[in-house]
Amino acid sequence: MTMGSDLLNTPLFGIGLTLVIFELAQRIYRKTGSIWFNPVAWSIGLIITLLMVGDIPYDAYAVGGKYILFLLGPTVVALAVPLYQRRTEILARKKPILIGVVVGAVVSIVSASGTAWLLGGSKNVVLSLAPKSVTTPIAIGITEQIGGIVELTAALVVMSGCLGAICGPEFCRLIGIKNNAAVGLAVGTAAHGIGTARMLEIDRLGGPVAGLAIGLNGMVTAFLLPLMFILFW
Amino acid sequence: MVRGFALLLLFQFLGEVLSRALHVPVPGNVIGMALLLVALGRGWVSFAAVSEAAELLLSHMALFFIPAGVGVMLYFELIGREWLPIVVAFFVSSFAVMAATGWTAQLLDRSQCQGDDDDGE
Repeated sequence: MTMGSDLLNTPLFGIGLTLVIFELAQRIYRKTGSIWFNPVAWSIGLIITLLMVGDIPYDAYAVGGKYILFLLGPTVVALAVPLYQRRTEILARKKPILIGVVVGAVVSIVSASGTAWLLGGSKNVVLSLAPKSVTTPIAIGITEQIGGIVELTAALVVMSGCLGAICGPEFCRLIGIKNNAAVGLAVGTAAHGIGTARMLEIDRLGGPVAGLAIGLNGMVTAFLLPLMFILFW
Repeated sequence: MVRGFALLLLFQFLGEVLSRALHVPVPGNVIGMALLLVALGRGWVSFAAVSEAAELLLSHMALFFIPAGVGVMLYFELIGREWLPIVVAFFVSSFAVMAATGWTAQLLDRSQCQGDDDDGE
């Protein structure tokens, strides 16, 4: 028993579990070809279930998990490479991209906090929802600044990412958005990095544009949200 | 390949330093991305030096989000306390953002550079 719990607290457990589950989830996703088997969302769900059933604390998982999380940093930097490759197409769409992100950022803030407010959400919850479409580090910074619950924002950011990755591109096609750059921009603005990961898999222009949207939406929201908070709250 | 990873980490580091020094709410890795883009454009960093490492990381990007996602388990209780406004606002807003952003970009793109897309109606 002691040997078992010793092993649980080594990086081997968190890294190993994540890779095994993700590989499994990807196989199921490829075999079924169905968007409802999104490998990221299923991996997260399966690992949470296993940890809860096994009564294993998140901290034990995080001993290894944090090494995988670390790789996210250089991966975001690496988004410069496909952006550079697609620079001509992207520069030709400067205006639609910039205006699209600003409109998306405003709609995100207003619709998320507005809906929660109308349904009787407490002030803390309303504020924590506002930056939910922005990449985690920026979203946390904003929530701290306006006085929401940082943990709730972090959880909502991940959930937004999963939703956008699962059905973002399909939803866009459904409502008549056929332009590949516009789909990438929409998914990147609503679902930051997790949405971008999906876009990179399916489209050579939409992927980099989604990556650009992570940074742009982050900056626009970081600027607008505290301002709107001061003006309207 | 090692050179590529070294460059990516170097730019992330530069981004982190700038993010802290300037006290901006933009994370270091996003600043690092912007810096690398400028460096590639100016020819300070050659495309060949970073492309292999970048493509390897980007093709596994989804995997790197899993540990953060598992962290949601710590906040189930918090979400459960006011689940109705949270869940409804979450869905409404996610779809509203995609529709607003996508429609706006498509509309402006069509009027700006027509015939550029392969999806002519």
